Amino acid sequence: MSDLTIPERAFLSLKWLGLQEARQGNREPLARAVIGVLVVATLAIMLASLATGPIAVPVLELLPHVPAYFLSALEGAPEGVTLRDWIVVMEIRLPRVVLGALVGAALAVSGAVMQGLFRNPLADPGIIGVSAGAGFGAALFIVLGNAALAPLMALFGIYAVPLAAFAGGLITTLLLYRIGTRSGITSVATLLLAGIALGALTGAMTGLLVYVADDQQLRDLQFWGLGSLAGSNWDKVLSAAPIILAMLLGVPFLSRGLNALTLGEAAAAHVGIRVQRLKNISILLVAAATGASVAVSGGIGFVGIVVPHLLRLTMGPDHRYLLPASALLGACLLIAADTLARTIVAPAEMPIGIITAFAGAPFFLWILLRRRGLTGL
Amino acid sequence: MLHQSITAAVSTSALVVDRVGVAAGKVPIVRDLSFRAEAGRMLAIIGPSGSGKTTLLRAMTGEVSYSGSVVLAGYEVRGLGPEALATLRGVLPQASQISFPLNVSEVVGLGLTGERRGRRHRHLRIAEALARVGLTGFESRVYQDLSGGEQQRVQLARVLCQVWEPLPLDGPPRWLFLDEPVSSLDIRHQVQIMRLAQDYARRGGGVIAVMHDLNLTAAFADEVLVMRGGERLAFGQREEVITAKLLSEAYDFPLEILKREGARSVIVPAGGEEAPGP
Repeated sequence: MSDLTIPERAFLSLKWLGLQEARQGNREPLARAVIGVLVVATLAIMLASLATGPIAVPVLELLPHVPAYFLSALEGAPEGVTLRDWIVVMEIRLPRVVLGALVGAALAVSGAVMQGLFRNPLADPGIIGVSAGAGFGAALFIVLGNAALAPLMALFGIYAVPLAAFAGGLITTLLLYRIGTRSGITSVATLLLAGIALGALTGAMTGLLVYVADDQQLRDLQFWGLGSLAGSNWDKVLSAAPIILAMLLGVPFLSRGLNALTLGEAAAAHVGIRVQRLKNISILLVAAATGASVAVSGGIGFVGIVVPHLLRLTMGPDHRYLLPASALLGACLLIAADTLARTIVAPAEMPIGIITAFAGAPFFLWILLRRRGLTGL
Repeated sequence: MLHQSITAAVSTSALVVDRVGVAAGKVPIVRDLSFRAEAGRMLAIIGPSGSGKTTLLRAMTGEVSYSGSVVLAGYEVRGLGPEALATLRGVLPQASQISFPLNVSEVVGLGLTGERRGRRHRHLRIAEALARVGLTGFESRVYQDLSGGEQQRVQLARVLCQVWEPLPLDGPPRWLFLDEPVSSLDIRHQVQIMRLAQDYARRGGGVIAVMHDLNLTAAFADEVLVMRGGERLAFGQREEVITAKLLSEAYDFPLEILKREGARSVIVPAGGEEAPGP
């Protein structure tokens, strides 16, 4: 028992989670139980968020009618529901909750994959400048979409901004990887420093766009730098969902390789992993999901650091369980933070990035302090 | 994954290294090196630091590109993908840092990455492997909290899991490549690990070990390859190669072998108790 961490002990105090197995080093039953709990928690927090706001809505009575909204062209509110309630839930709160879930899952899983890839719990798209690169790509289209880049905007429609963010994130990640990796070994110190430099550079380029932006675009850019889910609508959900869902469905295939990669790149190859292919696919998926999230919600920080770290403390670093659990906990936390963001200073709104930074930055420092004695970085 | 006929089985039990060269940029590290190792035997590679032992091992495991040819179980190593190689041989690296706090049983389980059989089988195999290296009861310990020697034994258990059967029914003999397997261990565990490797060879597998300790080499190896300056200085049966003259030449340092009645010979610096002068 003394070999277990405190959260492990807390979970194990519930006997059905398999105390005996964990003693024998098998944390899989524990991990499965955590995922089960997170599924329930995610659903509960979605319902709670739908019910929360300036207007009280009987969410449970509305629920049975939701499929009809998507399947048939339902005209107006269904029977027994006021039109006001129906619009508040279906047009305002539900797209926001769904987008929050998608973005939270994407950010947390991106963090977990990048940490596995760089073999360091502090790697995160937000910290090493990938989000800033994606932000620049998206800002380029927000500001110049009706001018210089109009033909591309016409070609890609609602997908233009997410695609540009994806391209920005991908280019930044590839650059970072080239800078940080020498003869197969990725130096995380170099990576973090290069990330700061690239982040500053792309931030400055985004800043240049401010001079050509009009008032509306300026407000968009500003809000975006802090990160926010305000203005969520089904169009935004539709533009981000395919990319994020593709990433969430793709990452389980990486978990075997990411587990082996904890041994180092050479040893991972020895046990039969195609390391270069694993790295390429991981970078592609992370850049795509980060790009899609940044495009719809701006720079929401620290979710990708906090969520995987909490889960590793609880159930261990096995990516087969860590990745799905990260998606669920990321969704939970982001929906909770967003609910807070839109109620805490009502009727105004606080950018959600402020809340995640207030919670996440001290957590990041705490990880740093805990690791300080252990390794160089 | 690897199909061959029974008639081909004879030629697939060898590791044939033919005129192998490895260079870092333009600097040659291993030059024109040839030898042949047979499954069922343990081969030790010795030589001074910087003589290219580890680089040669990396060429044989497919980790670095090489000129010449390395044929393992009938296949050219550079033509095999990681999956195929992983079923043929396991590799124990010199030192291994693990990036996340996996526990011992999870680290050992990484050796079963290609394993298709169920969870019960996995856990049985992990328990057996830990028993072999003497770490039963360590299952839930975090890898980073262990001593260097314990970590090394966990890694060996992982490698054993990967190539558990030295002589599988449906394929060629398997190989263990060990890079200084005992360098961080105390003497009791050094002998334990060398016995495990020897046992693997006795059961039909091939073992190639880069060694620093000459006495352990003399005690356990069947064949010895001596390297100096990236080249083969000597290769042959242990008795032919482990001689005072040859070892002194290899290490550029006077060594002598003390013969003892009814006991193992001991390799020591020449000149009795005192350290030899220049």
